[in-house]
Amino acid sequence: MKCDLAVVGAGPGGSMAAKTAAQAGLEVVLIEKRQEIGDPVRCAEGVSKRGLSDMVKPEPRWISAEVRGARIYAPDGTSIVMSEDKSGTEVGYVLERKIFDRALAMEAARAGARVMVKTRALGLLRKNGTLKGLQAMCMGESLQIEAPLIIGADGVESKVGRWAGIDTALKLKDIESCAQFLLQDNSIDDQYCEFFLGNSIAPAGYVWAFPKGENLANVGLGILGSRSRPGEAVRLLKEFVKTRYPEGKVVEMVVGGDPCSGPIESTTADGVMLVGDAARQTDALTGGGILNAMQAGIIAGDVAAKALAAGDVSRTGLREYETRWRETLGRHIARSFEFKEFFIKLTDDELNQLIGSLRNEDVSNMDLRAMLKVLFRLNPKLRWELRHLVI
Amino acid sequence: MLAINRYKCCYCGACVGVCPATALELVETWLEMSGDCTECGLCTRICPVGALEVKA
Repeated sequence: MKCDLAVVGAGPGGSMAAKTAAQAGLEVVLIEKRQEIGDPVRCAEGVSKRGLSDMVKPEPRWISAEVRGARIYAPDGTSIVMSEDKSGTEVGYVLERKIFDRALAMEAARAGARVMVKTRALGLLRKNGTLKGLQAMCMGESLQIEAPLIIGADGVESKVGRWAGIDTALKLKDIESCAQFLLQDNSIDDQYCEFFLGNSIAPAGYVWAFPKGENLANVGLGILGSRSRPGEAVRLLKEFVKTRYPEGKVVEMVVGGDPCSGPIESTTADGVMLVGDAARQTDALTGGGILNAMQAGIIAGDVAAKALAAGDVSRTGLREYETRWRETLGRHIARSFEFKEFFIKLTDDELNQLIGSLRNEDVSNMDLRAMLKVLFRLNPKLRWELRHLVI
Repeated sequence: MLAINRYKCCYCGACVGVCPATALELVETWLEMSGDCTECGLCTRICPVGALEVKA
């Protein structure tokens, strides 16, 4: 099989890359190792309304819930509320990824990409040192996909980058170990996404409760890998649920690893671009990765078309991808990483103090960034430790 | 030797992401291990459900 571009992984990043490249006239093959796109989910499913709408037209069938804002709980139980309506905050929609991911893959297909499920990349094909495509396996049969250019959107367990010589292995301090229950409970607040902070409930991470409608919520947590022990994420989640939702019924279980490394050194090699979780493009503070992956996918798809037209798919020819994603989402990720590095060091007392400092401030119309600015103003220690950051 | 409890594994791939030896591969619901495993144990610590264990 021959094509201009092979995309590995049909998550939001891969599908947007495939769609963009196909729209630009490339012959695109989008492969997905799973037999079902979008399932099993490994995600809390929250996205900003504005961020999503900038890239695709939101469709009711893949939106589980629309929220009014976010409520953040300090370890001592006090809370602050941030509103969604004024400015696009981190959460606004809670998606149904099983439907959303398929819809994006279908958009790629409609744009002309060939989608192949149960097709797994096994390695890169090279001839005289030059990248020639992918060795794959489709339904147990060997398959060679000849392509001068490959986009690796193969998620947290990405191999494409490693095969191309990019070291994407995550250190334990650069990945959160996450567990989540889809929980049915009458006490679930379906108007707000809730965040719970505290070193005993989620060391160097947080607990989230994102409403899914009809008294359902994605209740989950992430803990930093370097503070995790085998099975700790699920154990802590069970504990939290027992305390907060004693009557809660678990109707689905989701686990996963969420990169929080900040921007990695390189996301390109000769003939290869990495996108989304594979490129570790998740927001290190919130853990959100859907929109970043989509944005990077669009850039990669666009650069793919340009590079092929220019006849240069070497790392130098793909430089525009590095530049564009780093100047846009890369900046946010880098800043979030600095914040994360600061926040994970805080004791519960310090977290209480920080949230408490907002008690007399009106943060109700703020997004995360605006709230961080207020925190900066009110907290000299934060200001000092992160003095090199411009927010 | 790395033992994989397949009754526990929720095949999320976090272990694959941290493996410094590229010894793990997730094939849908099946976690594969190659001979390159150095038994460093990083994967056991990141596993959200505790499905991995380095056994003597």
